[in-house]
Amino acid sequence: MVLSLLPALSLLVLAGLILLVDLFMRPWRSPRRFAGPRPSTEPGGRRGLGTLTAVGLLVILVMVLVYGRPGAPLLVFGGMMRFDTASFAFAVVFLFAAAVTALLSVDVDGVGDRGEYYFLIVVATLGLCLMAAAADLILLYLAIETASISLYVLAGYLKRDDKSTESGLKYFLFGALTSAVMLYGFSLLFGATGQTNLYLLADQVRRGGAPVLFVGGAAILVFVGFAFKISAVPFHFWTPDVYEGAPTPATAYISTASKVAGFAVLLRFLLAFAEPTSDTWIVVLTAMAVATMTLGNLLALVQTNIKRLLAYSSIAHAGYALIGVVSLSELGTASAVFYLVAYVVTNLAAFAVVILFARSAGSDRISDYAGLSRRSPGLALALLVALLSLAGMPPLAGFIGKFYVFAAAVQSGLIWLAVIGVLNAIIGLYYYLTVLKVVYLHRSPDEDKPIAIGAPYAIALGTCVVFILAIGVISGPWIESALAVATSLF
Amino acid sequence: MNFPILSIIVFTPMTAGLLLFLLPARRHREIRLVALAAAIVALGLSLYAYISYDQSLGGYQFQEQATWIPQLGISYHVGVDGISLPLVLLTGIVMLTGVLVSWGVDDRPREFFGFLFILATGVFGVFVALDLFALLFFYEIAVFPMFLLIAIWGWQVTREYAAMKLTLYLFIGSVVSLVGVLAMYFTSGLGTFDMLAMEGAGFSTVFQRLWFPFVFFGFAVLGGIFPFHNWSPDGHVAAPTAVSMFHAGVLMKLGAFAALRVGIMLLPEGAKFWAPLILALALVNVVYGSLIASVQTDFKYVIGFSSVSHMGLVMLGFATLNQNGLTGAGLQMFSHGVMTALFFAVVGIVYDRAHTREIAKLGGFAKVMPLVAVAFIIGGLVSMGMPGFSGFVAEFPIFLGLWQVQPIVAIIAALGIVITAGYIMRVIGRVFYGDMPAEFAGAIGAIRLQDRVALVVLAGLLVLIGLQPWVMAPMIASGAQGVLRVVGGG
Repeated sequence: MVLSLLPALSLLVLAGLILLVDLFMRPWRSPRRFAGPRPSTEPGGRRGLGTLTAVGLLVILVMVLVYGRPGAPLLVFGGMMRFDTASFAFAVVFLFAAAVTALLSVDVDGVGDRGEYYFLIVVATLGLCLMAAAADLILLYLAIETASISLYVLAGYLKRDDKSTESGLKYFLFGALTSAVMLYGFSLLFGATGQTNLYLLADQVRRGGAPVLFVGGAAILVFVGFAFKISAVPFHFWTPDVYEGAPTPATAYISTASKVAGFAVLLRFLLAFAEPTSDTWIVVLTAMAVATMTLGNLLALVQTNIKRLLAYSSIAHAGYALIGVVSLSELGTASAVFYLVAYVVTNLAAFAVVILFARSAGSDRISDYAGLSRRSPGLALALLVALLSLAGMPPLAGFIGKFYVFAAAVQSGLIWLAVIGVLNAIIGLYYYLTVLKVVYLHRSPDEDKPIAIGAPYAIALGTCVVFILAIGVISGPWIESALAVATSLF
Repeated sequence: MNFPILSIIVFTPMTAGLLLFLLPARRHREIRLVALAAAIVALGLSLYAYISYDQSLGGYQFQEQATWIPQLGISYHVGVDGISLPLVLLTGIVMLTGVLVSWGVDDRPREFFGFLFILATGVFGVFVALDLFALLFFYEIAVFPMFLLIAIWGWQVTREYAAMKLTLYLFIGSVVSLVGVLAMYFTSGLGTFDMLAMEGAGFSTVFQRLWFPFVFFGFAVLGGIFPFHNWSPDGHVAAPTAVSMFHAGVLMKLGAFAALRVGIMLLPEGAKFWAPLILALALVNVVYGSLIASVQTDFKYVIGFSSVSHMGLVMLGFATLNQNGLTGAGLQMFSHGVMTALFFAVVGIVYDRAHTREIAKLGGFAKVMPLVAVAFIIGGLVSMGMPGFSGFVAEFPIFLGLWQVQPIVAIIAALGIVITAGYIMRVIGRVFYGDMPAEFAGAIGAIRLQDRVALVVLAGLLVLIGLQPWVMAPMIASGAQGVLRVVGGG
């Protein structure tokens, strides 16, 4: 029983540790008061905080993998949480994403040397882990807020940067609104059934203990909150602005871990109601999948900023994952989970390159990526791998992911949905190739300036690339795990 | 067979490609030598497999099978028959000669050979795959490096346009086939992607007729079938020499081969139903392709459109669905592959020295490069289907087969051959004979040894098969029998 709290508890300890270490480190000085070289670049300076966070997260990850494996699904703490393969697997994904994010933050100006920044990442991870495990409306809401509030602050962390402030505020306003709507939905669900436990609630609805139409209406309100989390159309408006303005490592984290957590909650909710889930829901989800994919891809076509491009592409990827969700079968759920895992490692790799490039070139404009393949062939190759994986090319993770969700759609008889997905993949390929064209083909006057890649970045990027290839080539074990997650949710 | 010869052939190029990325970018000489060594190994093993294939036994030999993604019934299953083995050999030949003629690539040769070899692995993989998923997997690996190869090292004027056009065409084709493949997978109910198992799936006639066009034409896009041939001349012309050789020589066969293996062999009823349409379209390829080729003013475009025309003959051979036609199509794939590789090598050599490909501006090159001229003339004679050369050996059975099915098609297609003779003669006359323009006198450098070797190998093969058809015809005939056993009829 306590094992179910292993990730959450150890994250709490780590968060405290970070604050404590931060306290005893040499003070950080603001650039205004201190005109010389930044303390953060001094050897043995406060960069250690990022490494500490990453190592701590890694230790927790290993601990969870070794000791935290669940058996049969089990409701614990009076039904507050469900300790099952799904909560375990999602916790692993969040921990991995957080560790990579911490490594990627080390050298980033304005965030890399702040203890609170890493503290917020760890707390957000804590919230996300609880989200994936929550089986009770109250805990779910608390978890969502724990994660969200940390993420709002992370997005707006660069106080003196207008875009970052805008990003944080926008994220907060949209998030607060949708979570209020969601909370309202929760209260209606409680009112109709007298239950806050998700599974008891679903049971009651199944036995006809509540008016179906009323519950459906309340569920739609709840759904708004989840759709916001996964940035599905039409609740995606915040995404590009928040992604563009937030410090890039925070963007990487929001676009991966937070989105996956949204899907985790969505899947748990939908599958808890598996039986009464009516055709209406399938129609809603299908429409949303189509709109999300198509709009995301079409808008990505015209972007000139790489972070905005990745923002729209991440919207589109939520759409692909929704294809897997739509079929609501075991294969469909597994395909969505697999897709998300592939997406997380791939998107983290893409953002790692963006961070490294921005540090050297000080720009996120796609046109400034000209000559990257001459400045740093390795970095260009990593970007190639990441973007082609996003585009769904073998032998990379994204290919198997797409193959799997399309297979799920075809299996459920939704061939036309698979066809729309496939057409979207073509649009996607176009804009990813456009970026690669700039990287490999276009010349720039800065070609002789190499790009420095620090050790933490090399480790993070290398790990992600290895995973992209490993998931793409040796897919069997990963699909096995995805199936286990899917089974545990039913 | 214990020795996994096919796997070694498939993965040699990729391993070499990865090895190249570990070498320092500036060591051009070592990079080329590694590339050459890998090509020699791949060709040597292909040749060994070719010689040791037991024709009296027929069927798929050198089979290897390993589980890959058992949850979806996907295995790594490879093997070759009389149709695919010559294509493996062809790939080995084009790979070696491609490396030889690319000796002069000075812009990032490491990346060039790296991407070229990833492509080669994809090509080998498709030819040996006996699992539908593996086939698609390798098929797409073969498609995307093309984009970079053309966009980076291609002809400056059209490369960006041509690379994007080609990639999108081929990707659309492959994903359309992908949906068809998924439909086949779920409809068969066998839970396996193994093609040998699927041959006996017993799809209903309606299903076969419905899905055949998707699968067949999806792949046939890469085979250059009218009206989806549009990418091919642009792609050929924009690509650097070795890539054009690969492209026209091997990749177009990839499309045709996959269309045969997946479309015709797994959906034979569909093939019979749609055969008249394929005949009609392929006929357009043959006649229209050669007509367009004869009005081109650019040397390379002539060859590009001649490929469209010759691939039409391959498709005609497929559509006959009889022993002669299929044998001829198989021979034509090999013969055209070698011939067109030779053509593009010659075009590249001439262009590197004259810096123009306008036929009107060239002339008299036979005097300065007699070997090149002889090689081109041999290729030209093959192209016209002259007895004593491989073209005759290939085209004669195709026409025999056509006559059995539709004499009128054979008569019209023969027109295409006449037109081919016309434009080939014109090119030979204009480029290699006549007066040399004054600006070239004394300005034409010597031909590298590597180029000479490549030309001699390619031209020698064309003559060898023309004079001694027994080295290849019986093997392909045995492969054609295998196809007919599956398809039925004869």
